[in-house]
Amino acid sequence: MSDFAAGQRVRVKADFPETRGPCHIRTPHYLRGRTGVVERALGRFPNPEDLAFARPAPRRALYHVRFDQPALWQEGAVGDAVVVELFEHWLEPTGTAGQLEPAGTAGRLETI
Amino acid sequence: MAGAATPEHAALLERFVAALVTKGVVSEAQIADQIARTSRASPETGARMVARAWTDPAYRALMLADGSAAAEAMGVSMAGMPPLGVLEDTPAVHHVVVCTLCSCYPRAVLGYPPGWFKSSSYRARMVREPRAVLAEWGTVLADGVALRVVDSTADYRWMVLPERPAGTEGWDAARLAAIVTRDALVGVALPRA
Repeated sequence: MSDFAAGQRVRVKADFPETRGPCHIRTPHYLRGRTGVVERALGRFPNPEDLAFARPAPRRALYHVRFDQPALWQEGAVGDAVVVELFEHWLEPTGTAGQLEPAGTAGRLETI
Repeated sequence: MAGAATPEHAALLERFVAALVTKGVVSEAQIADQIARTSRASPETGARMVARAWTDPAYRALMLADGSAAAEAMGVSMAGMPPLGVLEDTPAVHHVVVCTLCSCYPRAVLGYPPGWFKSSSYRARMVREPRAVLAEWGTVLADGVALRVVDSTADYRWMVLPERPAGTEGWDAARLAAIVTRDALVGVALPRA
């Protein structure tokens, strides 16, 4: 599992475990597959995806991740952002697989 | 809520609590203590924290570094509560809190969440069109102020430390606390002198 640093660009996995069976997910749908920037690490907490089913819940790193608001919705004010708590196992570093960033988000995020 | 409970609900709750007590998960005294603590909590606590942060730089630093410790310093027991994070407004950034997944709310320092905070429309719209929602509260940000919507999705609970409004110079902490409303602590309104 990666340790992410403040300022690092990360992508939320475009995964939908809801389609595979009962689950409890703390990653909102509107962020799946989206790219953001790590604000800071918030500590390690028992994984709620296990807690919800009374399974042993290993502690996972939780991050505050910032997303450019207009890029999420194709509307809104430039400079506005959504900041969300996300667990490490939902995040992957960006730019390592040659994938394109969503248009218009690079650069602007750095200035917020 | 008690008024809406049917006898069946009451019986189910009674047996559920009895099972938890039998299994040693929780005691009757712990439940009573938690109910009392939750009922005591109110936005006045959050308002006193903000007012103190406005008048005491050391407390402000503590509040931003460790919201739970800052709440404890005001006499609030945070034992067993989720960690409290404090979002610092500046002349360039304003924060507002929503929980799109459920209704996570910093109950220890703000009390019970209002109905609108739990409504599906607030939860959906605050991430999608936050400035339109703020405008419905009459909250319009000054030019050049960026908005940060904090979606409270996991283990933290969040409150806003708003900017101290102009016109409050020389006010003491008690007078300042009186202008810090619950809505200002969530970020849908701004304190006014």
